[in-house]
Amino acid sequence: MRPAFSVIFLTTLIGAGQGLFIALYVAELGAALGAWSMPPRLYFALGCVLSLSLLGAGLAASFFHLGRPERAWRSAAMWRNSWLSREVIALPAFMAAVAAFGLTHYVRGAGDLSLALGAAGLLLALLLFICTGMIYACIQFLQEWHTPLTVINYTLFGCASGFLLGTAWAAAQAPVLVAASALWTAAFTLAALVTRLASLARNARLKPKSTLQTAIGVKHPRIAQKSEGFMGGSFNTREFFHARSFAWLRAVKWGFLLLVFPLPLVLLAAGAALVSWPVLATAFALQYLGLLAERWFFFAQAKHPQNLYYQAIS
Amino acid sequence: MCACRCGIRVHLRGGEVRYIDGNPGHPLNQGVICAKGSSGIMKQYSPARLTKPLMRKPGSARGDNQFVEVSWDETFRMLQERLAKIRSTDPKKFALFTGRDQMQALTGLFARQFGTPNYAAHGGFCSVNMAAGMIYTLGGSFWEFGGPDLERAKLFVMIGTAEDHHSNPLKIAISKFKRSGGRFISVNPVRTGYSAIADEWVPIKPGTDGALLLALTHEIIHTGLYDREFLARYTNAGYLIDLDPNSEMHGLPVHDSGRHEDIPEYPRNMLWWDRLSEQPAPCHAPEADPYLLGEFTLADGTPVKPAFQLLLERVKDYTPEWAEGITGISAATIRRLAHEMGVTARDQKIELPIAWTDSWGTEHDKVTGNPVAFHAMRGLAAHSNGFQTIRALAILMSILGTIDRPGGFRHKAPFPRGIPPLAKTPKGPEGVRPDTPLAGLALGWPGTPDDLFIDADNQPVRIDKAFSWEYPLSVHGLMHNVITNAWRGDPYRIDMLMIFMANMAWNSSMNTMEVRRMLNDKDESGEYKIPFIVVCDAFQSEMTAFADLILPDTTYLERHDVMSMLDRPISEFDGPVDAVRVPVLPPTGQCKPFQEVLIELAGRLKFPAFVNADGSRKYRDYPDFIINYETEPGSGIGFLAGWRGKGGEKFMQGEPNPRQWEMYARNNCVFQLKLPPSYQYMRNWNKGYHEWAQRSRLRRYADPIVIQIYSEVLQKFRMAAQGRGPAKRRPPAHLAKRIATYFDPLPFYYEPLEAQITDAHKYPLNAITQRPMAMYHSWDSQNAWLRQIHAHNYLFVNPALARAHGIDDGGWIWVESMWGKVRCMARYSEAVEPGTVWTWNAIGKAAGAWNLAPGANEAELGFLLNHLISDELPHPSPAVRAAGGEGSPGEQRISNSDPVTGQAGWYDVRVRIYAAGADEAEQSWPQVAAVAALPGMDRARKTWLAFVAGKKK
Amino acid sequence: MSKQLALVIDLNVCVGCHACVTSCKEWNTSGEAGFLSDDNPYARDPTGTFFNRVQTFEVGEFPNTQTVHFPKSCLHCEDPPCVPVCPTGASYKRAEDGIVLVDYDKCIGCKYCAWACPYGAREIDEHQKVMKKCTLCVDRIYDELLPPADRQPACVMACPTSARLFGDVHDPESAVSKVIRDSGGYALMPEWGTHPANHYLPRRKTEITLHRDELERVDNPLKIDGKLPKPDVRSPSLDDSTTW
Repeated sequence: MRPAFSVIFLTTLIGAGQGLFIALYVAELGAALGAWSMPPRLYFALGCVLSLSLLGAGLAASFFHLGRPERAWRSAAMWRNSWLSREVIALPAFMAAVAAFGLTHYVRGAGDLSLALGAAGLLLALLLFICTGMIYACIQFLQEWHTPLTVINYTLFGCASGFLLGTAWAAAQAPVLVAASALWTAAFTLAALVTRLASLARNARLKPKSTLQTAIGVKHPRIAQKSEGFMGGSFNTREFFHARSFAWLRAVKWGFLLLVFPLPLVLLAAGAALVSWPVLATAFALQYLGLLAERWFFFAQAKHPQNLYYQAIS
Repeated sequence: MCACRCGIRVHLRGGEVRYIDGNPGHPLNQGVICAKGSSGIMKQYSPARLTKPLMRKPGSARGDNQFVEVSWDETFRMLQERLAKIRSTDPKKFALFTGRDQMQALTGLFARQFGTPNYAAHGGFCSVNMAAGMIYTLGGSFWEFGGPDLERAKLFVMIGTAEDHHSNPLKIAISKFKRSGGRFISVNPVRTGYSAIADEWVPIKPGTDGALLLALTHEIIHTGLYDREFLARYTNAGYLIDLDPNSEMHGLPVHDSGRHEDIPEYPRNMLWWDRLSEQPAPCHAPEADPYLLGEFTLADGTPVKPAFQLLLERVKDYTPEWAEGITGISAATIRRLAHEMGVTARDQKIELPIAWTDSWGTEHDKVTGNPVAFHAMRGLAAHSNGFQTIRALAILMSILGTIDRPGGFRHKAPFPRGIPPLAKTPKGPEGVRPDTPLAGLALGWPGTPDDLFIDADNQPVRIDKAFSWEYPLSVHGLMHNVITNAWRGDPYRIDMLMIFMANMAWNSSMNTMEVRRMLNDKDESGEYKIPFIVVCDAFQSEMTAFADLILPDTTYLERHDVMSMLDRPISEFDGPVDAVRVPVLPPTGQCKPFQEVLIELAGRLKFPAFVNADGSRKYRDYPDFIINYETEPGSGIGFLAGWRGKGGEKFMQGEPNPRQWEMYARNNCVFQLKLPPSYQYMRNWNKGYHEWAQRSRLRRYADPIVIQIYSEVLQKFRMAAQGRGPAKRRPPAHLAKRIATYFDPLPFYYEPLEAQITDAHKYPLNAITQRPMAMYHSWDSQNAWLRQIHAHNYLFVNPALARAHGIDDGGWIWVESMWGKVRCMARYSEAVEPGTVWTWNAIGKAAGAWNLAPGANEAELGFLLNHLISDELPHPSPAVRAAGGEGSPGEQRISNSDPVTGQAGWYDVRVRIYAAGADEAEQSWPQVAAVAALPGMDRARKTWLAFVAGKKK
Repeated sequence: MSKQLALVIDLNVCVGCHACVTSCKEWNTSGEAGFLSDDNPYARDPTGTFFNRVQTFEVGEFPNTQTVHFPKSCLHCEDPPCVPVCPTGASYKRAEDGIVLVDYDKCIGCKYCAWACPYGAREIDEHQKVMKKCTLCVDRIYDELLPPADRQPACVMACPTSARLFGDVHDPESAVSKVIRDSGGYALMPEWGTHPANHYLPRRKTEITLHRDELERVDNPLKIDGKLPKPDVRSPSLDDSTTW
């Protein structure tokens, strides 16, 4: 697949936004359970603004993906069968919950209402992760995507980056949370590392179910395409091919593995020890870059069976 | 549009073309349509359309592509003045050559009335070998004049066929044939289009088809799988040939001097050796049966053999094993193919309960067919050994007994014609006189050396040297040599060259770059060597830049056209068919149909056929001309055969009908006459048919057309070269050997001329082109839809060959011949014989031509194989070669063409390939300077297109 | 069972002429689907929206090579994966005749349906910005202003080798159902369970088997002309050497 930048930004930004919100909610829940003292109300309120900004930016990015953005409202219609439609509903619902949560904190401070709203937000965040992940995971013939690992990875990456941002935010606004938050971040990051490595291992061993033989229905071991029927390219050659070399792909893979996992973890440890929000913010920024690369790779690695029909021109 | 001339329906919305589909009522395409026809909209509205008459900007150099608009009045005035002067001094200084136009009857008439011998269409560089080889043998040919009867055939063998030709009818027929269980064998170096769906693909080395056909003939004769009865009755297989080495008639059939010859052109008094009476007998005597084999001595002591015996002796050494080494096809496969053909022909006979009478009066109660059909085209024709190869094919078809019989080869009216047809050129320069129509046709069918169009010194009268000793049977002319000859002044210089619908500055010329230089070349006085060039076309092409005057033609949607019986009609097997086009759109801009230009000029120049007795203009316009023109006053024969007579009640012949166009339009624009079944078969020898054809004035005589297994015409030329025989003319010494060699009355195989002089180690590969079905000739790169399908071209190379040369799939390579080289991209293909490389024809374009952006794929990535092909070869005679000539110091040359017909040897070129260097530009080579759009053309090329009919208005 | 219109494409007779490609473009660019745009129509890399393309494949190695021309358009799957993913309902499968269509007024151009089609049958129009695909010429086949013979998809009308058959594959008596049964009709990428309605017919090979005795017949014409090789009667035979 050709990586679609609007979608890369959408999924990484809202993932971070979701993770950040969960971090905020965990902070309140932990305080309510007495694990730590209740962070200040601006921590929550502004944290929600931060989360909403990420979600909003993601939403905005998604519009760039649409040919007809003015009709975007129509996309909520098919929630019964389309994960995309469900995402389209879940995202604003979640944003509303985040806004309500933040507003409640701002207006009334922590309390039962905020806890309840937070719980609803958490539920919606998880739903949103599922929706987003399932958009890709549900396409059975994109075998690289068609696995529960896709949803798990989306969730864990979102949580890792959101918690990392949450840790930086805590270092700025509620230092009391930094240690715990750093631990959560590390846990999510390591979990994501495990599941992502699992998916990389899985994908490396995938055997494509579709072949040129099934694509054109000719049973012969040697089939070679000579013509696609056109020579100047088409939607099929633009949308489904990344047009990058294998070496580039490898570089991106190692790049994201480095940027998403070890580097942020080192900076996380340092930032947490120093309670330094700039260090932690840098860690987040680096990891976010890594996540862009990870998502790019996620698309690029997926081999669409339609590509079998677009191998050579003459 | 194209020469297949299918019937179409054009649907308009708001004055714009909404949809073009096939006309279901049309006999040719029966409602289907091809990719080109379906893309007619993009052709009609192409930004490459020429819309105004243009004159080379005064002071600018030819080829600089600088033009100014000029009015039609001024255009006609200029043309009239120049043409009148040429006509009143030396009419042959006007040369009119046309491409694949569909108005050769009119363009030919114009040239003839003008008085110039220098007229031809593109046949000489297309497929004249096919026409000549078959017509001199069978009296008919493939495509417009005949074809395979796939409705009844059981085995179909296709050899070397251009896939953009006769496209829809052939596609319809092949599909039906396959569905009804027929077996389809394709012989071709390349497996594309039609060959793709063949049951068996037999890859062959280009130019060796003759060897295959002769080996098949060998095997069929030696296993006794030939149709003896057919050969005996309907061919000259049983004619006794005079083998007295001292006879003036050596090698000609013995004539029975006692018998009266009723038709001097087609004597019928040959002899058989009757098997029943064991003595000589008049040929075709109903009670006799000739020996086909053996040797005999006539009463006067003359040793004779039946022609078939000579054929048997000829093919004796052409064994399948011999052919294997030449063709690359295993001897076992050749044998099997021969057996399949022979056994199918013999054992799957078709008998139709149709009574008919043969030309010798014998009544038959049935028509028999041997269901083996063949089709062939340029793959055989475009070689310098093509004529003899095609003779071999026609003879193979004949010994299988498949001519004009169900399931075999079937004629289409106005064919069959006598062998050779009666049409003749003048026989010398006296036929060309000022202010006088040509005393004959510009193109004809020589029957003896005395029919050649040469002067007393054996020099050609025509600029292209057609009908000269160099190419005696060049029945379609040699358009590919016109520019070179005119530039060199050999045989003479001309004043005006008018080119219609031919891209001589690009894909229609061999040696393209040199031809472009010649078009621009000036003599010492500063005058262009070809002083005035007029180009008429609907589109800007590479050629338009070299014009002094450009005439914008209409498209096929904007004008009246006729598919006339006088030209190449669209007849079916069961009878004559002609057709018209009526305009559905007004002309774009100031476009004017070329026919109107000719009618206008003919009137202004006062050609006898175009003016009344008082000198006033006879025809208002082209439609008026079509209705009222008669070949002779009162002949009742005109361009259209349908709805003649005052009220449209007559067919084939009748007085002009003022409402003829309307009547055609009301009848799907087609006139179709279905002959009674008894006239539909065996038409070479069908008495009823011949009498009908004579009554309808399709033919002058009603004599039988006997298949020339052994060619008398060729033998007459050979004898002239040997200094004997009935003809008065003798070839010049330096061409005698050439004539004696190639005018063999029996088919033989020789390596193409270019191969004979090529170092096969240095240039081991054959390079050929194939025509893509989605393009017609070179005419569709201006079409926004079609050019997406073929935007540029690759050289297809067998992977084994490519790897041996270190060539990557998709990599840039050099292709080099003795004459030049091109840089292009390679594409691996398992569907090409490893000794052959090929590409799609004429996809490569000059930068900026056809109003494409200079960086378009066609120019940057596409390439033209023509750069590798020479228009000339060293002269075969060392003495002449050394003598030299103008423009080519030190070396006299001869056209790279078949020595019999002058057919351009496009497919003879030998090449080598090697990978281009990594540091070389990834761009095809050679490149030419980009040309800009012309005045009247859309200069701002749209960056994107969204065609919706009727939206513009 | 309700109707399922579809194409059956006979690879045994397809010569790869592209008639179906451009007749489709021509009909549809001025049709219900609106224009089908072309970018760089006269410049480098011309590219446009088409509903149907003919591709070429080579099968096997020289000299046993098959050249397969392979037309490909929307297969109108019985279980089309492109439909349920559409967030707006613009993509739908008609209950009455099984045609998979796009409602161009609802489409937001998110391309998700194209991702969800394993066959690459959908193309976004780069200027109208909505997803386009073969409609089986739904604006022809029910048009009562057209003569009945013309109520067929443009590609089917055009195809010179009638390699494209059109009909109801749910009606077991229809010509298309029969030919699928009789000539080994198959579906593309059956592994995904999409159940394409369009079917392809494979190459079929006609061969002749010759027996030796067919080459040795009593009516061999060489006998008539006395040219079948006959041994010299004087050459040695068993008569010369054995007495029994």
